[in-house]
Amino acid sequence: MATGTEPHPPSSAGAQGVRDRSRATIAAGHLRTDRWWLAPAGTAAGLLAFVVYSTWRAFANADYYHAPYVSPFYSPCLAQNCKPMHAGPNWEIFGPWWGLSPALLILIFPLGFRLTCYYYRKAYYRGFWASPPACAVPEPHKKYTGETRFPLILQNVHRYFFYAALVVAGILTYDTVLSFRNEKYEWGHMGLGTLVFLLNITLIWAYTLSCHSCRHIVGGRLKHFSKHPVRYRLWGWVSKLNGRHMLLAWASLVSVALADFYVYLLASGAFDDPRFF
Amino acid sequence: MSVVERQQWDVVVVGAGGAGLRAAIEARERGARTAVICKSLFGKAHTVMAEGGIAAAMGNVNSHDSWQVHFRDTMRGGKFLNQWRMAELHAREAPDRVWELETWGALFDRTADGRIAQRNFGGHEYPRLAHVGDRTGLELIRTLQQKIVALQQEDFKEYGDYEARLKVFQECTVTRVLKDGEVVSGTFCYERESGRFFVLEAPSVVLATGGIGKSFKVTSNSWEYTGDGHALALLAGAPLLNMEFVQFHPTGMVWPPSVKGILVTESVRGDGGVLRNSEGKRFMFDYVPDVFKEKYAESEAEGDRWYDDPDHNRRPPELLPRDEVARAINSEVKAGRGSPHGGVFLDVSTRMPAERIRRRLPSMYHQFKELADVDITAEPMEVGPTCHYVMGGIAVDSDTAAAHGVPGLFAAGEVAGGMHGSNRLGGNSLSDLLVFGRRAGLHAAEYAARLSAGNGRPVVDAPQVDAAAAEALRPFSAEGPADGGVAENPYTLHQELQHAMNDLVGIIRREEEMTEALDRLAALRLRARRAGVEGHRQFNPGWHLALDLRNMLLVSECVARAALERTESRGGHTREDHPTMDRAWRRTNLLCQLVDPTGGLAATDPVRGQIDLVRVTTEPIRPDLLALFEKDELVKYLAEEELYE
Amino acid sequence: MSSYDARFRVWRGDAGGGDLADFSVEVNDGEVVLDIIHRIQATQASDLAVRWNCKAGKCGSCSAEINGRPRLMCMTRMSVFDREDVITVTPLRAFPVVRDLVTDVGFNYTKAREIPAFVPPSDLGPGEYRMQQEDVDRSQEFRKCIECFLCQDTCHVVRDHEENKTAFAGPRFLMRVAELDMHPLDAASSSGLDRKRTAQEDHGLGYCNITKCCTEVCPEGIHITDNALIPLKERAVDRKYDPVVWLGDRIRRRKG
Repeated sequence: MATGTEPHPPSSAGAQGVRDRSRATIAAGHLRTDRWWLAPAGTAAGLLAFVVYSTWRAFANADYYHAPYVSPFYSPCLAQNCKPMHAGPNWEIFGPWWGLSPALLILIFPLGFRLTCYYYRKAYYRGFWASPPACAVPEPHKKYTGETRFPLILQNVHRYFFYAALVVAGILTYDTVLSFRNEKYEWGHMGLGTLVFLLNITLIWAYTLSCHSCRHIVGGRLKHFSKHPVRYRLWGWVSKLNGRHMLLAWASLVSVALADFYVYLLASGAFDDPRFF
Repeated sequence: MSVVERQQWDVVVVGAGGAGLRAAIEARERGARTAVICKSLFGKAHTVMAEGGIAAAMGNVNSHDSWQVHFRDTMRGGKFLNQWRMAELHAREAPDRVWELETWGALFDRTADGRIAQRNFGGHEYPRLAHVGDRTGLELIRTLQQKIVALQQEDFKEYGDYEARLKVFQECTVTRVLKDGEVVSGTFCYERESGRFFVLEAPSVVLATGGIGKSFKVTSNSWEYTGDGHALALLAGAPLLNMEFVQFHPTGMVWPPSVKGILVTESVRGDGGVLRNSEGKRFMFDYVPDVFKEKYAESEAEGDRWYDDPDHNRRPPELLPRDEVARAINSEVKAGRGSPHGGVFLDVSTRMPAERIRRRLPSMYHQFKELADVDITAEPMEVGPTCHYVMGGIAVDSDTAAAHGVPGLFAAGEVAGGMHGSNRLGGNSLSDLLVFGRRAGLHAAEYAARLSAGNGRPVVDAPQVDAAAAEALRPFSAEGPADGGVAENPYTLHQELQHAMNDLVGIIRREEEMTEALDRLAALRLRARRAGVEGHRQFNPGWHLALDLRNMLLVSECVARAALERTESRGGHTREDHPTMDRAWRRTNLLCQLVDPTGGLAATDPVRGQIDLVRVTTEPIRPDLLALFEKDELVKYLAEEELYE
Repeated sequence: MSSYDARFRVWRGDAGGGDLADFSVEVNDGEVVLDIIHRIQATQASDLAVRWNCKAGKCGSCSAEINGRPRLMCMTRMSVFDREDVITVTPLRAFPVVRDLVTDVGFNYTKAREIPAFVPPSDLGPGEYRMQQEDVDRSQEFRKCIECFLCQDTCHVVRDHEENKTAFAGPRFLMRVAELDMHPLDAASSSGLDRKRTAQEDHGLGYCNITKCCTEVCPEGIHITDNALIPLKERAVDRKYDPVVWLGDRIRRRKG
């Protein structure tokens, strides 16, 4: 009787999704008239551009250091084949047997952080996977299990990458501090590159701290904010940042590429760093 | 006639708003197998529209508050016409009903010390309304809905069936209360989705169907408010009480036309909003009636101070009871001092910072932004009176909520009359739902248990069911007038009814207009019998409306007849030809009864109508309750002979 | 005040089939889509089935899809469209259709029953509850939900995959779990109920791939994904995958 709570046997014979036979028969998969494809297409294009650029730069194994600047893609530099950077982030953990680009050793951390990031997940699920391409637009996949099983269940490791991202952001901060030197490693100088690095590290920190895992760890996991006033205030700040997580994700993605590209221009000799003092 | 499915329950609750759900919870907890039946989806009841809060003298914000003060405010608000015993029970029990909601998961706004916050409201001496922003009704409905689910989960653990002892029949309508001789035996219902008929056999039926606003053109009420419970009771032989008292909420939206009537919560004024006319004047200072003179501020400065220091200042007259404010707005507009779209200005933007407005009045902000393109944090709203609530209703026993004269029939919430007298205070409605919903559920369960233990349950006989089915199917076989014209369109009839009631029995009433209204109602009644619909019984709104028309016409006639009879102005009943309150009328209640005691409508004389009006004298107010008032004040309200008794 | 005739295409039919029907209908200043549907009902198709109640965005009854986007008809103003636009109105496409714009939303009521209710603390009676405003803020946001079920309708997990309806409760009811888990006085854990575990194991939290359509369509502006679903996922991570939190809890337990 009309309680609306009788179980409906899932009618899966043949048709699926909005074309399931229980649902209103409408031939079109969706009736959206706006340019819904614009957002996923833009996202996909932007991400793709970054992937192409960063792959090239990561494998290049060249033009990543120009005193006092080190490309964020190559910091910290952990292999013996790294360029020596005076008082820079050189730690030769990997011996001479490592012959590939040293960027590959550390990029895994920021990459993992961004790959498991709640915003980027949305971006690439929509942009690349079309799962779904846009709201109320059918996805092309027959089956869907989401993040319930391998490999996507691994998205839950986001928190580890957050911890790692804190370390990476710390090292990039160190790099930024080092950029207050001149080519001769003397302190108290500044160039255009220093500004680029400052901008980048600000955005990197803002992005890292606006992370949903961070928001959870600093306070979100508490049941009683009133018993933890300091963490509640921190949570409030992180929540404000978190509201701009998408913006910060894109801004820091661009800024990190920009910082790298700036170092590339200097190292390859295409450009000369304007020095302020 | 095909066989109609029958089910047996102990208690059937008609309506799933605050009162219905509270009744169902109580009945089920007292061991009765309980069915709830409602026209909409479960959780969509009109109670969600309640915004301001639940009035309960918990004294969390001002410790001077007590049930006695609440009782006093309620009686004053209702101009002493209230069933005093109901007002007493209501004031005494409301705090328990609110606290109980917390144990079911409700989350009210808090005070600094972690208790339930309470806000000011029109006619309440102290901050008294427990609230959640301006969506208190939603919180109430959701909490009760989730409590019902919790009970169903218990039953699932015990019986393996969620609906073993408590079931919600959503999107179903009751068209008749069935009787076995003098006593209730069940309800005749149809499923809106399929149009299928069914009968719920039960010794107890609780009516909790809400109000009658859909008989008026400008109303804050939803389509469900067609006076179903009022009509069901009348048809079952129970009288309605004081139906002339209809509350016009002073602040409804007036523009754009499609949202005209939608409510603007009283909290806007409770939190500091002020009313101005087109000249920018706070006109309410000119409209404080004598009975309230000592209680309200005389200057804007004093009124403004009151928000911060209520103990040493008097409240601004914007917070007078709703009837006073609605009349004042009406007069200002009539005098040509209205806003461009025929209302007045309600301004909160100059009184509070934008951030605070958005936090305290989120849904008002949203509503004006989305529907009228008005940013209430920057500009004033335009508001005017809208039909909001009916104080009249089924005459019930104060303690048990049992309807008079029909054993087994109970009523609670807006559909029950008496509690609010001639005018309801804001916030007293939600507490009314909880207090009397619980009482109705309790006594319905006890009555059902008594009957089952005694000589057994009443029986539903087949002819009654067949008659009810035939009545419900009539719109499908409607004939045109004798000259071979087409059947009447129910939507057109409904619009004409709304116009008649709005224009002729609205906020200000005159004898000639009401007489004309009765004529028009008689004509509409004849035409309504020919209301026809297209299509079939499956989810057919035209058919549903055709059936609801019967109820609206019955109730409208009650309102018009009673309003014509009462030759004074009091609360929600204002006569231009009798503009003052007459103490002699205080003791007089008007009861509406069906002319045909068997509940038939077919043979009714079109001129005489379907309703008989009876005057009855109320019981005197208990002395200890009278003692709560100053003698000076009582003189203004009580009839000469009452004062010396 | 100006009025014009708009072109509407409204889906009409039932479980047996149906199609979009064309209407030309008058539109006046300040009207919303629901007004137009009502005008069609009053003047052209008296049996056009549609659910509605409050007409003010407070009850969540008049959910439909307007030009392919899940929305409340009463909160969609006609002024957002061009006068030349053809406006298509269909029932929600994730649920079985009953008739015209009315769908069977029973899925949602079934799911509501599967979420264990609030567990009152055993040591507090009515009137003894003390909660700070900052502790109820989060759950209060979720309790703004008007159960219009637009989020349930747009969520691709069930919209595009009927077979997932058994395992997945949908955004509205995962949010309900979050609401109870964040309720300052919910005593579920003392009764042996771990809401984080049930969210994952019984209500299909893992199906959510946080693509945020629920948040996009919510007429109440509730941040379903950021404030309910992701925090719930993080809470599930706490108990299952995070050794730091696990260690912290261990140490604290030893101290306490």
